[in-house]
Amino acid sequence: MLATHTDIETAIAEIGDGASIMIGGFGVPGTPFRLLDELCRQGQKRLTLIKNDANEDGMGVDHLLANGQVEKLIVSHIGLNSNAIESMNSGRVQVELCPQGILAERIRNAGAGLFGFLTDIGIDTALAKDKPRIEVDGRSLLLEKPLRADFALLHADTSDKLGNLVYAAAARNFNPLMAMAAKRVIVEVENLVEAGELSPESIHTAAPFVDRIVLLDELTEDYGVRRR
Amino acid sequence: MSGDVKLRMIRRVAAEIEAGMTVNLGIGLPTRVIDHVDRGLQVCLHSENGIAGVGPTLAYEDADRNLIDAGGAYVSRQPGTSFFDSAVSFALVRGGRLDLSVLGAFEVSMKGDLANWMIPGLFTPGVGGGMELAQKAQRVVIMMTHRDRQGRSKIVRECSLPITASACVDRIYTDLAVIDIVDGALQLREIAEEVSAEDVIAATDAPLQLPDHELPTF
Repeated sequence: MLATHTDIETAIAEIGDGASIMIGGFGVPGTPFRLLDELCRQGQKRLTLIKNDANEDGMGVDHLLANGQVEKLIVSHIGLNSNAIESMNSGRVQVELCPQGILAERIRNAGAGLFGFLTDIGIDTALAKDKPRIEVDGRSLLLEKPLRADFALLHADTSDKLGNLVYAAAARNFNPLMAMAAKRVIVEVENLVEAGELSPESIHTAAPFVDRIVLLDELTEDYGVRRR
Repeated sequence: MSGDVKLRMIRRVAAEIEAGMTVNLGIGLPTRVIDHVDRGLQVCLHSENGIAGVGPTLAYEDADRNLIDAGGAYVSRQPGTSFFDSAVSFALVRGGRLDLSVLGAFEVSMKGDLANWMIPGLFTPGVGGGMELAQKAQRVVIMMTHRDRQGRSKIVRECSLPITASACVDRIYTDLAVIDIVDGALQLREIAEEVSAEDVIAATDAPLQLPDHELPTF
Protein backbone atom coordinates (compact mmCIF):
# COMPACT_ATOMS: atom_id res chain seq x y z
CA MET A 1 0.00 0.00 0.00
CA LEU A 2 1.26 3.46 -0.84
CA ALA A 3 1.79 6.07 1.83
CA THR A 4 -0.90 8.51 2.84
CA HIS A 5 -0.35 12.08 4.02
CA THR A 6 -1.76 12.91 7.36
CA ASP A 7 -1.54 15.41 10.20
CA ILE A 8 0.62 14.65 13.18
CA GLU A 9 -2.26 14.03 15.64
CA THR A 10 -3.92 11.44 13.39
CA ALA A 11 -0.64 9.67 12.66
CA ILE A 12 0.28 9.26 16.33
CA ALA A 13 -3.32 8.43 17.38
CA GLU A 14 -2.93 5.08 15.58
CA ILE A 15 -0.49 4.03 18.32
CA GLY A 16 -2.09 2.22 21.25
CA ASP A 17 -1.00 1.45 24.81
CA GLY A 18 1.56 -1.33 24.98
CA ALA A 19 2.91 -0.73 21.45
CA SER A 20 6.48 -1.39 20.43
CA ILE A 21 7.99 1.58 18.61
CA MET A 22 11.25 1.99 16.71
CA ILE A 23 12.58 5.54 16.72
CA GLY A 24 15.17 6.78 14.23
CA GLY A 25 18.09 9.00 15.10
CA PHE A 26 21.59 8.95 16.52
CA GLY A 27 21.87 11.93 18.84
CA VAL A 28 19.91 14.79 17.29
CA PRO A 29 20.26 14.01 13.55
CA GLY A 30 17.41 11.84 12.29
CA THR A 31 15.39 11.91 15.51
CA PRO A 32 11.66 12.63 14.93
CA PHE A 33 11.27 15.08 17.81
CA ARG A 34 7.88 16.42 16.71
CA LEU A 35 6.38 12.90 16.49
CA LEU A 36 7.83 12.14 19.94
CA ASP A 37 6.41 15.37 21.37
CA GLU A 38 2.97 14.42 20.02
CA LEU A 39 3.30 10.90 21.48
CA CYS A 40 4.08 12.54 24.80
CA ARG A 41 1.04 14.84 24.47
CA GLN A 42 -1.30 11.93 23.66
CA GLY A 43 0.17 9.91 26.52
CA GLN A 44 0.11 6.28 25.32
CA LYS A 45 1.38 3.99 28.09
CA ARG A 46 3.52 0.85 28.57
CA LEU A 47 5.56 1.50 25.44
CA THR A 48 8.59 -0.49 24.34
CA LEU A 49 11.02 1.82 22.58
CA ILE A 50 13.76 0.61 20.24
CA LYS A 51 16.32 3.31 19.52
CA ASN A 52 20.07 3.75 19.33
CA ASP A 53 20.15 6.06 22.35
CA ALA A 54 17.77 7.74 24.78
CA ASN A 55 18.50 11.30 23.59
CA GLU A 56 19.73 13.83 26.13
CA ASP A 57 17.97 15.15 29.20
CA GLY A 58 14.99 17.33 28.29
CA MET A 59 14.45 16.20 24.71
CA GLY A 60 12.81 13.44 22.64
CA VAL A 61 12.67 10.12 24.46
CA ASP A 62 13.44 11.86 27.75
CA HIS A 63 9.96 13.46 27.73
CA LEU A 64 8.37 10.01 27.37
CA LEU A 65 10.45 8.72 30.30
CA ALA A 66 9.52 11.70 32.45
CA ASN A 67 5.87 11.14 31.55
CA GLY A 68 5.96 7.50 32.73
CA GLN A 69 5.04 6.17 29.28
CA VAL A 70 7.97 3.80 28.84
CA GLU A 71 8.05 0.20 30.06
CA LYS A 72 11.12 -0.97 28.19
CA LEU A 73 14.03 0.49 26.24
CA ILE A 74 16.09 -1.52 23.75
CA VAL A 75 19.16 0.63 23.04
CA SER A 76 22.91 0.57 22.44
CA HIS A 77 23.64 3.26 25.01
CA ILE A 78 21.94 5.76 27.30
CA GLY A 79 25.02 7.59 28.55
CA LEU A 80 23.82 11.08 27.62
CA ASN A 81 20.52 10.79 29.47
CA SER A 82 20.85 10.81 33.26
CA ASN A 83 17.08 10.20 33.65
CA ALA A 84 17.31 7.04 31.56
CA ILE A 85 20.21 5.75 33.67
CA GLU A 86 18.33 6.59 36.84
CA SER A 87 15.13 4.89 35.51
CA MET A 88 17.17 1.78 34.72
CA ASN A 89 18.94 1.71 38.09
CA SER A 90 15.70 2.17 40.03
CA GLY A 91 14.02 -0.58 37.96
CA ARG A 92 11.20 1.72 36.78
CA VAL A 93 12.17 1.04 33.18
CA GLN A 94 13.51 -2.23 31.85
CA VAL A 95 16.60 -1.63 29.69
CA GLU A 96 18.05 -4.10 27.19
CA LEU A 97 21.54 -3.05 26.09
CA CYS A 98 22.73 -4.24 22.72
CA PRO A 99 25.99 -3.57 20.83
CA GLN A 100 25.23 -0.84 18.32
CA GLY A 101 25.96 -2.75 15.12
CA ILE A 102 24.09 -5.78 16.44
CA LEU A 103 21.09 -3.59 17.23
CA ALA A 104 21.20 -2.25 13.66
CA GLU A 105 21.57 -5.74 12.20
CA ARG A 106 18.74 -7.21 14.31
CA ILE A 107 16.46 -4.50 12.93
CA ARG A 108 17.73 -5.02 9.36
CA ASN A 109 17.30 -8.79 9.78
CA ALA A 110 13.66 -8.41 10.78
CA GLY A 111 13.11 -5.95 7.95
CA ALA A 112 14.53 -8.44 5.48
CA GLY A 113 12.05 -11.08 6.68
CA LEU A 114 14.71 -13.23 8.35
CA PHE A 115 14.75 -14.98 11.70
CA GLY A 116 18.12 -14.26 13.21
CA PHE A 117 21.84 -14.42 12.54
CA LEU A 118 25.03 -15.70 14.10
CA THR A 119 27.85 -13.49 15.39
CA ASP A 120 30.92 -13.49 17.61
CA ILE A 121 30.41 -9.87 18.71
CA GLY A 122 30.38 -9.70 22.51
CA ILE A 123 30.93 -13.43 22.81
CA ASP A 124 33.37 -13.17 25.76
CA THR A 125 31.30 -10.54 27.58
CA ALA A 126 28.43 -10.25 30.04
CA LEU A 127 26.07 -9.41 27.16
CA ALA A 128 26.44 -12.97 25.81
CA LYS A 129 25.20 -14.53 29.04
CA ASP A 130 21.61 -15.34 28.09
CA LYS A 131 22.05 -15.74 24.34
CA PRO A 132 21.68 -19.14 22.68
CA ARG A 133 24.87 -20.56 21.14
CA ILE A 134 25.05 -22.44 17.89
CA GLU A 135 28.08 -24.29 16.62
CA VAL A 136 29.00 -23.83 12.96
CA ASP A 137 32.09 -25.51 11.48
CA GLY A 138 33.47 -26.13 14.96
CA ARG A 139 33.00 -22.54 16.07
CA SER A 140 30.58 -21.53 18.83
CA LEU A 141 28.61 -18.41 17.91
CA LEU A 142 25.84 -16.31 19.43
CA LEU A 143 22.34 -16.39 17.98
CA GLU A 144 20.97 -12.86 17.65
CA LYS A 145 17.23 -12.61 17.14
CA PRO A 146 15.47 -10.15 14.85
CA LEU A 147 13.79 -7.04 16.26
CA ARG A 148 10.37 -6.15 14.89
CA ALA A 149 8.03 -3.41 16.02
CA ASP A 150 4.43 -2.27 15.68
CA PHE A 151 5.49 1.22 14.63
CA ALA A 152 8.52 3.10 13.36
CA LEU A 153 8.78 6.85 13.89
CA LEU A 154 11.29 8.35 11.47
CA HIS A 155 12.66 11.70 10.36
CA ALA A 156 13.66 12.40 6.76
CA ASP A 157 14.83 15.53 5.03
CA THR A 158 12.62 15.06 1.98
CA SER A 159 9.83 12.77 0.84
CA ASP A 160 8.07 12.74 -2.47
CA LYS A 161 4.31 12.28 -2.43
CA LEU A 162 4.68 8.50 -2.80
CA GLY A 163 6.92 8.18 0.27
CA ASN A 164 10.37 7.89 -1.33
CA LEU A 165 12.72 9.26 1.31
CA VAL A 166 16.05 11.09 1.37
CA TYR A 167 17.91 11.66 4.63
CA ALA A 168 20.38 14.48 5.27
CA ALA A 169 24.06 13.73 6.07
CA ALA A 170 24.40 11.71 9.31
CA ALA A 171 20.62 11.79 9.90
CA ARG A 172 20.27 8.53 7.97
CA ASN A 173 21.64 6.19 10.71
CA PHE A 174 18.87 3.81 11.90
CA ASN A 175 16.02 5.37 9.87
CA PRO A 176 16.20 3.24 6.68
CA LEU A 177 16.57 0.04 8.72
CA MET A 178 13.59 0.81 10.92
CA ALA A 179 11.56 1.70 7.83
CA MET A 180 11.85 -1.98 6.88
CA ALA A 181 11.16 -3.54 10.27
CA ALA A 182 7.88 -2.08 11.56
CA LYS A 183 4.28 -2.86 10.66
CA ARG A 184 3.38 0.81 10.38
CA VAL A 185 5.98 3.36 9.34
CA ILE A 186 5.32 7.01 10.14
CA VAL A 187 7.81 9.56 8.83
CA GLU A 188 7.99 13.27 9.56
CA VAL A 189 9.61 15.22 6.74
CA GLU A 190 11.04 18.69 6.34
CA ASN A 191 10.18 18.90 2.63
CA LEU A 192 7.52 17.28 0.48
CA VAL A 193 7.96 17.21 -3.30
CA GLU A 194 6.10 15.80 -6.28
CA ALA A 195 6.83 12.28 -7.51
CA GLY A 196 9.60 12.52 -10.08
CA GLU A 197 11.44 15.38 -8.40
CA LEU A 198 13.84 13.06 -6.57
CA SER A 199 16.47 11.25 -8.60
CA PRO A 200 15.64 7.51 -8.50
CA GLU A 201 19.37 6.82 -8.02
CA SER A 202 19.56 8.86 -4.83
CA ILE A 203 16.52 7.60 -2.89
CA HIS A 204 17.51 6.08 0.47
CA THR A 205 14.20 4.47 1.48
CA ALA A 206 11.86 3.27 -1.25
CA ALA A 207 8.17 4.26 -1.08
CA PRO A 208 6.72 0.76 -0.42
CA PHE A 209 8.25 0.83 3.09
CA VAL A 210 6.45 4.01 4.12
CA ASP A 211 2.84 4.20 5.41
CA ARG A 212 2.27 7.73 6.73
CA ILE A 213 3.92 11.02 5.80
CA VAL A 214 3.68 14.02 8.10
CA LEU A 215 4.98 17.30 6.67
CA LEU A 216 6.49 19.43 9.43
CA ASP A 217 5.36 23.04 9.44
CA GLU A 218 8.21 24.02 11.72
CA LEU A 219 11.28 22.57 13.41
CA THR A 220 11.46 23.03 17.17
CA GLU A 221 14.72 24.05 18.79
CA ASP A 222 15.47 20.37 19.52
CA TYR A 223 16.50 20.04 15.89
CA GLY A 224 19.04 22.84 16.04
CA VAL A 225 22.75 22.93 16.79
CA ARG A 226 23.31 22.18 20.48
CA ARG A 227 25.88 24.34 22.20
CA ARG A 228 27.29 22.32 25.08
CA MET B 1 46.74 14.93 33.56
CA SER B 2 47.95 18.39 32.57
CA GLY B 3 46.85 19.97 29.29
CA ASP B 4 50.42 19.81 28.02
CA VAL B 5 50.74 16.05 28.66
CA LYS B 6 47.33 15.44 27.10
CA LEU B 7 48.35 17.35 23.97
CA ARG B 8 51.59 15.38 23.64
CA MET B 9 49.60 12.15 23.95
CA ILE B 10 47.12 13.27 21.31
CA ARG B 11 49.97 14.24 18.95
CA ARG B 12 51.74 10.94 19.54
CA VAL B 13 48.57 8.98 18.70
CA ALA B 14 48.04 11.15 15.61
CA ALA B 15 51.43 9.88 14.41
CA GLU B 16 49.98 6.31 14.40
CA ILE B 17 47.82 7.31 11.50
CA GLU B 18 49.41 6.63 8.14
CA ALA B 19 48.39 7.57 4.61
CA GLY B 20 45.70 5.32 3.14
CA MET B 21 44.31 4.09 6.46
CA THR B 22 40.63 3.86 7.41
CA VAL B 23 40.46 4.82 11.09
CA ASN B 24 37.83 5.06 13.82
CA LEU B 25 38.43 7.42 16.73
CA GLY B 26 36.44 6.47 19.84
CA ILE B 27 34.38 8.80 22.00
CA GLY B 28 36.29 11.03 24.43
CA LEU B 29 40.00 11.74 24.16
CA PRO B 30 40.47 9.71 20.92
CA THR B 31 38.11 11.98 18.91
CA ARG B 32 40.44 14.87 19.71
CA VAL B 33 43.13 13.20 17.60
CA ILE B 34 41.14 14.25 14.50
CA ASP B 35 42.35 17.84 14.69
CA HIS B 36 46.03 16.76 14.87
CA VAL B 37 46.15 14.48 11.86
CA ASP B 38 48.32 16.02 9.14
CA ARG B 39 45.88 17.62 6.68
CA GLY B 40 48.08 16.57 3.78
CA LEU B 41 47.66 12.91 4.66
CA GLN B 42 45.05 10.96 2.69
CA VAL B 43 43.21 9.12 5.48
CA CYS B 44 39.61 8.07 5.84
CA LEU B 45 38.08 8.66 9.27
CA HIS B 46 35.05 6.50 9.99
CA SER B 47 32.30 7.38 12.44
CA GLU B 48 29.83 4.74 13.70
CA ASN B 49 26.80 6.91 12.96
CA GLY B 50 27.38 6.44 9.25
CA ILE B 51 30.24 8.52 7.89
CA ALA B 52 33.42 7.64 5.99
CA GLY B 53 35.63 10.65 5.43
CA VAL B 54 34.89 12.70 8.56
CA GLY B 55 36.33 16.21 8.22
CA PRO B 56 37.66 18.51 10.98
CA THR B 57 35.34 19.73 13.74
CA LEU B 58 33.46 22.98 13.23
CA ALA B 59 32.60 25.94 15.45
CA TYR B 60 28.91 26.11 16.45
CA GLU B 61 28.19 28.99 14.07
CA ASP B 62 29.48 26.96 11.10
CA ALA B 63 27.93 23.63 12.17
CA ASP B 64 25.50 21.54 10.11
CA ARG B 65 22.77 20.35 12.52
CA ASN B 66 22.68 17.00 10.69
CA LEU B 67 26.40 16.32 10.74
CA ILE B 68 27.84 15.06 14.02
CA ASP B 69 30.32 12.30 14.78
CA ALA B 70 29.47 9.44 17.13
CA GLY B 71 30.60 11.54 20.11
CA GLY B 72 28.22 14.37 19.19
CA ALA B 73 30.87 16.83 17.92
CA TYR B 74 29.95 18.89 14.88
CA VAL B 75 32.21 17.73 12.08
CA SER B 76 32.55 18.66 8.43
CA ARG B 77 32.30 17.00 5.06
CA GLN B 78 35.23 17.04 2.67
CA PRO B 79 35.83 15.85 -0.89
CA GLY B 80 35.11 12.12 -0.91
CA THR B 81 32.93 11.96 2.22
CA SER B 82 30.16 9.34 2.14
CA PHE B 83 27.14 8.77 4.35
CA PHE B 84 25.41 5.44 5.01
CA ASP B 85 23.07 3.75 7.46
CA SER B 86 24.07 2.06 10.73
CA ALA B 87 23.97 -1.48 9.33
CA VAL B 88 26.40 -0.53 6.56
CA SER B 89 28.52 1.35 9.08
CA PHE B 90 28.99 -1.80 11.16
CA ALA B 91 29.38 -4.02 8.11
CA LEU B 92 32.43 -1.86 7.46
CA VAL B 93 33.64 -2.54 11.02
CA ARG B 94 32.83 -6.26 11.30
CA GLY B 95 33.99 -6.86 7.74
CA GLY B 96 37.50 -5.85 8.79
CA ARG B 97 37.73 -2.61 6.80
CA LEU B 98 39.04 -0.57 9.73
CA ASP B 99 42.84 -0.45 9.74
CA LEU B 100 42.92 1.22 13.14
CA SER B 101 40.58 1.78 16.06
CA VAL B 102 41.56 4.20 18.84
CA LEU B 103 39.58 3.66 22.05
CA GLY B 104 39.50 4.86 25.65
CA ALA B 105 39.65 2.38 28.54
CA PHE B 106 38.99 1.81 32.24
CA GLU B 107 41.33 -1.19 32.34
CA VAL B 108 43.58 -3.11 29.95
CA SER B 109 45.06 -6.47 30.91
CA MET B 110 48.46 -7.77 29.88
CA LYS B 111 46.65 -10.26 27.63
CA GLY B 112 45.07 -7.35 25.79
CA ASP B 113 41.60 -7.69 27.32
CA LEU B 114 39.78 -4.35 27.27
CA ALA B 115 37.26 -3.07 29.82
CA ASN B 116 35.67 0.24 28.83
CA TRP B 117 31.91 -0.07 28.98
CA MET B 118 30.70 -0.50 32.53
CA ILE B 119 31.57 -0.14 36.18
CA PRO B 120 29.04 -2.33 38.03
CA GLY B 121 26.88 -0.31 40.40
CA LEU B 122 28.34 2.98 39.24
CA PHE B 123 28.23 3.39 35.50
CA THR B 124 26.28 1.37 32.94
CA PRO B 125 25.65 3.61 29.96
CA GLY B 126 25.71 0.76 27.43
CA VAL B 127 28.45 -0.22 25.06
CA GLY B 128 27.54 1.70 21.89
CA GLY B 129 29.74 0.36 19.10
CA GLY B 130 32.66 -0.42 21.41
CA MET B 131 32.51 -4.21 21.18
CA GLU B 132 32.56 -4.27 17.38
CA LEU B 133 35.35 -1.68 17.22
CA ALA B 134 37.50 -3.56 19.76
CA GLN B 135 36.92 -6.99 18.23
CA LYS B 136 37.11 -6.29 14.53
CA ALA B 137 39.54 -3.47 13.71
CA GLN B 138 42.84 -4.70 12.25
CA ARG B 139 44.72 -2.79 14.94
CA VAL B 140 43.36 -1.57 18.30
CA VAL B 141 45.18 1.08 20.29
CA ILE B 142 44.11 2.48 23.64
CA MET B 143 44.46 6.03 24.83
CA MET B 144 44.03 6.49 28.57
CA THR B 145 45.52 7.86 31.76
CA HIS B 146 48.00 5.37 33.20
CA ARG B 147 46.28 5.45 36.60
CA ASP B 148 42.70 6.07 37.73
CA ARG B 149 41.66 8.94 40.02
CA GLN B 150 42.57 6.88 43.08
CA GLY B 151 46.06 6.39 41.67
CA ARG B 152 45.54 2.71 40.80
CA SER B 153 47.11 1.26 37.68
CA LYS B 154 44.68 0.86 34.79
CA ILE B 155 47.09 -1.65 33.27
CA VAL B 156 46.49 -4.91 35.13
CA ARG B 157 47.23 -8.64 35.04
CA GLU B 158 43.51 -9.49 34.79
CA CYS B 159 40.63 -7.07 34.28
CA SER B 160 38.44 -6.71 37.37
CA LEU B 161 35.71 -4.90 35.39
CA PRO B 162 33.39 -6.55 32.82
CA ILE B 163 35.29 -6.74 29.55
CA THR B 164 34.36 -5.22 26.21
CA ALA B 165 36.45 -7.72 24.22
CA SER B 166 39.21 -10.19 25.03
CA ALA B 167 42.78 -10.17 23.68
CA CYS B 168 42.06 -7.26 21.35
CA VAL B 169 44.52 -4.51 22.33
CA ASP B 170 47.75 -4.09 20.37
CA ARG B 171 49.15 -0.93 21.97
CA ILE B 172 48.45 1.37 24.93
CA TYR B 173 49.18 5.11 24.96
CA THR B 174 49.16 6.71 28.40
CA ASP B 175 50.36 9.96 29.92
CA LEU B 176 53.51 8.06 31.01
CA ALA B 177 54.35 5.59 28.27
CA VAL B 178 53.72 3.75 25.03
CA ILE B 179 53.35 0.01 25.68
CA ASP B 180 52.84 -2.77 23.16
CA ILE B 181 51.05 -6.02 23.96
CA VAL B 182 52.85 -8.89 22.25
CA ASP B 183 51.78 -12.50 22.88
CA GLY B 184 50.29 -11.67 26.26
CA ALA B 185 53.28 -9.61 27.47
CA LEU B 186 53.63 -5.86 28.00
CA GLN B 187 56.61 -4.33 26.21
CA LEU B 188 57.65 -0.78 27.10
CA ARG B 189 58.37 1.14 23.87
CA GLU B 190 58.48 4.84 24.72
CA ILE B 191 58.30 7.05 27.76
CA ALA B 192 56.92 10.55 28.22
CA GLU B 193 59.38 13.41 28.67
CA GLU B 194 60.60 13.70 32.28
CA VAL B 195 59.37 10.18 33.06
CA SER B 196 61.76 7.29 33.79
CA ALA B 197 61.30 3.61 33.06
CA GLU B 198 61.27 3.10 36.86
CA ASP B 199 58.32 5.53 37.16
CA VAL B 200 56.39 3.50 34.58
CA ILE B 201 57.21 0.20 36.28
CA ALA B 202 56.08 1.61 39.65
CA ALA B 203 52.81 2.87 38.13
CA THR B 204 52.00 -0.40 36.35
CA ASP B 205 50.29 -3.30 38.10
CA ALA B 206 51.65 -5.96 35.73
CA PRO B 207 55.11 -7.05 34.59
CA LEU B 208 56.75 -4.88 31.92
CA GLN B 209 59.44 -5.99 29.51
CA LEU B 210 62.11 -3.36 28.83
CA PRO B 211 64.24 -3.07 25.69
CA ASP B 212 68.05 -3.28 25.96
CA HIS B 213 68.42 0.13 24.31
CA GLU B 214 67.55 3.60 25.53
CA LEU B 215 63.82 4.40 25.43
CA PRO B 216 62.66 7.12 23.05
CA THR B 217 60.55 9.89 24.57
CA PHE B 218 57.38 11.58 23.36
